[in-house]
Amino acid sequence: MTMRYARMIPLLLILALSGPAVAETYEHRLANGLRVIVKEDRRAPTAVHMVWYRVGSMDETNGSTGVAHVLEHMMFKGTPSVGPGEFNRRVAAAGGRDNAFTSRDYTAYFQQVPKERLPEMMQLEADRMRHLTLDEREFSQEIRVVMEERRLRTEDQPQALLFERLSAMAFQSHPYRAPIIGWMSDLESMTVADARHWYERWYAPNNAYVIVVGDVEHQAVFRLAEQHYGQLPARESGSTKPQVEPAQAGLRRLVVKAPAELPIVMMAYKVPVIRDLERDIDPYALEMLSAVLAGHDAARLSRNLVRQQRLAVDAAASYDSTSRGPGLFYLYGSPSEGKTRAEFEAGMRAELARVQNDGVAADELARAKAQLIAAQIYKLDSMFAQAMEIGQLESVGIAHAQHRRMIDKLQAVTAEQVQGVARKYFVDDVLTVGELEPQPLPRSPRPRSPFVGRH
Amino acid sequence: MTPLRCLMGFVMLLAVQLADAGPKIERWQTPSGARVLFVESHSLPILDVQVDFAAGTAREAEGKAGSAALTHALLDLGVPGMDETQIASRLADLGAKLSGGVDMDRASVALRTLSMVDKRGPALDLLRQILAQPLFPNDAFERERARTVAALKEALTRPDAIASKAFWAATYGAHPYARQATPESVGALERSDLIDFHARNYCAQRATIAIVGDLSRAEAEVLAADLSLAMPAGKPAEALAEPVLPSGGERRIAHPAAQAHLLLGLPTIRRGDPEFFPLLVGNYSLGGGGFVSRLMKEVRDKRGLAYSVQSYFHPLGQLGPFQIGMQTKKEQADEALRVTREVLATFLGQGPSEAELLAAKQNLIGSFPLRLDSNRKILENVALIGFYDLPLDYLDRYQENIERVTVERVRAAFSRVLRPGQMVTVVVGGE
Repeated sequence: MTMRYARMIPLLLILALSGPAVAETYEHRLANGLRVIVKEDRRAPTAVHMVWYRVGSMDETNGSTGVAHVLEHMMFKGTPSVGPGEFNRRVAAAGGRDNAFTSRDYTAYFQQVPKERLPEMMQLEADRMRHLTLDEREFSQEIRVVMEERRLRTEDQPQALLFERLSAMAFQSHPYRAPIIGWMSDLESMTVADARHWYERWYAPNNAYVIVVGDVEHQAVFRLAEQHYGQLPARESGSTKPQVEPAQAGLRRLVVKAPAELPIVMMAYKVPVIRDLERDIDPYALEMLSAVLAGHDAARLSRNLVRQQRLAVDAAASYDSTSRGPGLFYLYGSPSEGKTRAEFEAGMRAELARVQNDGVAADELARAKAQLIAAQIYKLDSMFAQAMEIGQLESVGIAHAQHRRMIDKLQAVTAEQVQGVARKYFVDDVLTVGELEPQPLPRSPRPRSPFVGRH
Repeated sequence: MTPLRCLMGFVMLLAVQLADAGPKIERWQTPSGARVLFVESHSLPILDVQVDFAAGTAREAEGKAGSAALTHALLDLGVPGMDETQIASRLADLGAKLSGGVDMDRASVALRTLSMVDKRGPALDLLRQILAQPLFPNDAFERERARTVAALKEALTRPDAIASKAFWAATYGAHPYARQATPESVGALERSDLIDFHARNYCAQRATIAIVGDLSRAEAEVLAADLSLAMPAGKPAEALAEPVLPSGGERRIAHPAAQAHLLLGLPTIRRGDPEFFPLLVGNYSLGGGGFVSRLMKEVRDKRGLAYSVQSYFHPLGQLGPFQIGMQTKKEQADEALRVTREVLATFLGQGPSEAELLAAKQNLIGSFPLRLDSNRKILENVALIGFYDLPLDYLDRYQENIERVTVERVRAAFSRVLRPGQMVTVVVGGE
């Protein structure tokens, strides 16, 4: 079994990379420091255009949490030449779709358009890279929208609430402790001046990169970029202090109460992330451990905790080996009816212990690798996913061209290395456990008024 | 910009854009009666197959709410010679993925696999067994029933889920579309209910097979014939009764959440109704067009009342709903509701402006290529065309159908299907 897969994997890679839709990637740096990365994919007459800024919520300071995301909202509120709301109107008129997202590590803006509308998109993005108005009245409306977003996505979502509070406990010094959307109090006291300061400090061509994936010719895209972005001057861009998280020495545990039916247990272990793509081994082994534990329906956590023992309604693992800040490996889920949070946690710990003591089987690892390769091929069906992959790697300082090496490194992970990282990092001293303790709704929901016709 | 220049720009745009055609779709029927739609595409070594059965919640027997979803969940948890672990492991070994879902009309099972013969062969063998020979093992049944009950109980604590359930109940009354699984109804299901549901509904006559990707027509024919031969032929699904329209009304449900969840709507049109196009174009201006709709401007941009507010038409086999939805801080729920009703009333009275109509057409026509720029998206469209028996040139004529819409047609279509007196309002939470 194992041998068969070992032989098949290189073959699959060749098939994937030499097909008729080969996606070529090219890069060009403008004089002002803006990098332009183009991936040609000619399967459909469309293109995705993205601008990534190397700044995220981890660059915020106490009292101003959420400002990176608020600025993202304000980027749609106009420049002297493009009025409030006009950005969205023009993209829509071009037959396009647009949005933006803020993460801990980066802030990114994108448009998906018919390919011939790409120049307009570049014009619009270049304009707001330098000329954002940041009007006070627009700000006072938009900050209310962001508060609604926080209510929607965090305050009324027990799992998100638990995650927010867990992060704030796992990290005590590093800015990953603050939620991306910001604390409500910080949003309430935020001013347009905070947003302007953020914009001036971080939004410059030398702190950004542009990604275009689609039915385009790379030299033509470089010329377009030169024309639209090339005129923007480089400016001094901010920097963020290291704020290294002190080593954790001892288990941390917190309980969050919220209206819910199912308890949730979320365990977060401090683990490394990729810092040296070639020399690192452990982050790749951790990725494979995550796949063995939770990569598919018959992976260990689901098979053992949900299906065989019926200890859990859901049981999952999550780990991202690429980030600017420190890494966490999450194990989480909900106990079945009649089972306690403690029993769920003990079940999770038993699964870790099995890997620590007995390692993982060759066929489990081979399965994880087969999935990894297939996922690489499936990604080629989405221009957006290809652009995201480039953007996310670049945001943490990994050159997009290194992606193949990362896949090679993942393919090279051995069962011994997986067992090794399970033993090395999954210890109580670096563990934070968050528990959601469900609270009944004030009487289970029933109509406050009878259903009445209105004629 | 002068109106004339604006119009000229539009005409030129259309001259380019209307040339877009959809993918070449081939359609045939298997000997056992399954309908097949196929789009050949060799640019990636990927094959997607989606099988849709007329086996949605509307097909559940009286008192058996939840049986459609539970039947669907059990399909890949045991076939002759393989248990659930072996099935999932085999799929993972092949790098194949199963997905799918259940709505009122449809139960869908989709397989994505690499197209090399040694991958797709075993993956398709598994798909065939999963669809035609699920064993519904008793232990998996009991476990999944318990998990479903747990998930339903959890959902009943969430304002969005409570609002959605109340909305369907209030808008569809006694119609099968109103049927909602509850912890009690699922808890009462037996394994035999699933076996019965499967035997009755997962048959060739009720199946549509959509195939997209790296396969020849001849190979696709064999694939479809094999898939449908494994199933019982069965009988075609009977037509559903037309829903009786509600007589309006407002339902308020208490909830401690920070935000109130608001839903307004009623049953409107069937899939395939020619008035879908004026409604689609009009709704773009009302609440469908993302950041540029009237509801977005009035509720979010001008007043900061909500993060998201949208409206949509969801045509089904029978009259599907129109719905407006939003969430807002509970203290301002009534204000948001008032603003929403004003926006709607104004729109019903006047329809879109010429400028709004133009903007809607520009976006809906211009964005057409984005609807089809991956195999995944093509599959979704083709499966829909097949299941609802839409014309084969539906995609080819999509832009033309939108271009033909006028302000008058929008107004007429909206006033036909959106009667404010029959519109239901649900508010969960709030003061």
